[in-house]
Amino acid sequence: MPKLQSAAELEKFRAELLANRDPAKPCIAVCAGAACDGMDSAAVAAAFLAEAATQKLDGKLEIRTTGCHGYCEKGPNVVVTPGDICYFEVQPTDVPEIIAATLKGEVVERLVYKDPATGAKAVHMSEVPFYKHQTRLLIGDNPKIDPMRIDDYFAVGGYAGLVKALTTMTPEQVLAEVKKANLRGRGGGGFPAGSKWETTRNAPEKTKYVIVNGHEGESAAFMDRAMLTGNPHKILEGLIIGAYAIGAQKGFMYTRHDMPLLEKHVRQALAQATEYGLLGENILGSGFNFECELHFDVGIFVSGESSALMRSIEGNAPEPRPKYIRTSVNGIWDKPSNLNNVETWANVPQIISKGAEWFTSIGSEKSKGTKLISLSGNVVNSGIVEVPMGTPLRTLVFDIGGGVRDGKTLKAIHFGGAMGGSIPADLIDAPLDFDGMSKLGAPIGAGGLLLMDEDTDMIEVARYLMDFLVNESCGKCVPCREGMQQMLQILTRLTEGQGRKGDLELLEDLIEVTGVASLCALGKTSGDPLKSMFRYFKPEYESRIVSSAGGSDNK
Amino acid sequence: MSEQNIDGIIEKYRGQPGSLIHALVEIQHENHWLPREVMHKVADALQVPFAQVMQIASFYKAFSLTPKGRHEVHVCTGMTCHLRGAARLRSKVEELTGLKDGETDADSRFTYETGACLGSCSIGPELIVDGKHYGRMTPEKVEDVLKQYE
Repeated sequence: MPKLQSAAELEKFRAELLANRDPAKPCIAVCAGAACDGMDSAAVAAAFLAEAATQKLDGKLEIRTTGCHGYCEKGPNVVVTPGDICYFEVQPTDVPEIIAATLKGEVVERLVYKDPATGAKAVHMSEVPFYKHQTRLLIGDNPKIDPMRIDDYFAVGGYAGLVKALTTMTPEQVLAEVKKANLRGRGGGGFPAGSKWETTRNAPEKTKYVIVNGHEGESAAFMDRAMLTGNPHKILEGLIIGAYAIGAQKGFMYTRHDMPLLEKHVRQALAQATEYGLLGENILGSGFNFECELHFDVGIFVSGESSALMRSIEGNAPEPRPKYIRTSVNGIWDKPSNLNNVETWANVPQIISKGAEWFTSIGSEKSKGTKLISLSGNVVNSGIVEVPMGTPLRTLVFDIGGGVRDGKTLKAIHFGGAMGGSIPADLIDAPLDFDGMSKLGAPIGAGGLLLMDEDTDMIEVARYLMDFLVNESCGKCVPCREGMQQMLQILTRLTEGQGRKGDLELLEDLIEVTGVASLCALGKTSGDPLKSMFRYFKPEYESRIVSSAGGSDNK
Repeated sequence: MSEQNIDGIIEKYRGQPGSLIHALVEIQHENHWLPREVMHKVADALQVPFAQVMQIASFYKAFSLTPKGRHEVHVCTGMTCHLRGAARLRSKVEELTGLKDGETDADSRFTYETGACLGSCSIGPELIVDGKHYGRMTPEKVEDVLKQYE
């Protein structure tokens, strides 16, 4: 493939690509997302390829291995187009039947969704309860894309945002559009991305960097790796557009080292983008130069913190530094460095191609667009969900999630992993919104939502989360290193039924001091889950003190 | 693992102190642990002090300073796996292998580690052996899985 020299060449290439594709030709998309892969979807994909080869179906049928479709609970997932027919829990032995039905335009009834209560069937994606309440702007393309093939991304309109930005807009206009869209950072803070971009853009140094934070260390959050593995070009396109607006010459993708498929797909995406001239010098004839490098986290949670992550990219230990001067002004090798989360970058191409007005028409008053949520814990339908901001939690938990497993009652909803918070079941009508959820004490964080059923011991949950953070602290600052250790000791004592009078007051003190005196967010927010539990579940904590003082009726 | 492969990796990054982590990651992937003499070679080639190589190698959890067993057994302790019974799974693995978190047995058959979160929460709790995922595991099924690895 020769380099695309201009926007016109790219559009011509896309037109030819689409002309050579017959939309009526059936395509069988086999999910290879993290959960499906764990259920050996690779064997299913191999069976499809073998069967298609045996029957010599080359021109009649396409088999595509894709990234995560979303409905992880029911993997391995298979989606057949046209019609978006969804098959669940597909085994290699089901393959001949699916191929035969697909060729005849029929449906394999026994493999489609069945409502657990009524037995009613749902064949098409738009009818399956898990999917039908979602707005899948970001993850919806996953079943249509083989992440190893840039052509598949072009076929769904990929890089049109980049073309528009480079050929019809100045960097200032791109920045203005993102600011107008009020795109807020999806990694946890909810900080306006446009303002951050502007700070880096206006920083005096000429050399600037842009970074994709795909570290995703938050426990039970798995949507970023699904996006990066399933549709790497979308994030890359967002990054290139951002670099153009900011004036950065180099980008870094920082992600997990422990997912072989993710690494393979991102490497391939970078290589193909370079081959097609979307990375490198004079991109699409615009005069804009940009390159991108891949970096890996090597196994510690704190390296997802922005200043720590940048130390890691430099090849050092990931110790956070005080941010009197922000990393957007002084980051990697002391150059201005703009860091955004995977999902934030993934939103950029559509904001540019469809406009800020379209984007702001989705979502709530102060949180625009959609949000990816990793739904897990004691939920019936776990998986990756995408809904407009402002969607009531009830929709997420019941309409999409199908409620609590094993017919149990909901006790709490936990957001934001080890530095998040838990709210009780009666707050279920609260809308999914950055500011609203923060006020309730359960900030969205990166978007890991966990259901906890009636049997959940909240003290044990707090102990578990603290234990996690103690192990992940870098140890640089004393309040974090020692404060969390003390909190863990008390919590362990409480779970073992050895709670002493004054323990809860001591915990409150420790939360405050660790929160105020720690250097980075890991220590600062380490007491947040506890804070939320003291707010909503205090009697449960108090009961541990009373009962252990009174005797041994504890677990 | 041949010495040539390690030398090849080190050569690739010669004179590039900023690539220290890249070099160590590749050696770890290839060799499964970082012998001291290899780290000395890395220090010399990349022109970084040995102390800094040690700092990085001992800080990040992905690096191992001791040899690993033939098979790496991993129990996910992420939050969903925890809520869905990872603790019972851990006890069973520990009972069967006789190992605690991070240990390798005398026959070098297994290295056992826990960690979070591998992102396949929907199929938790899970056991991972040499990168192969065993989802929706119960303590009862552990023995049959481990038996396959000699």
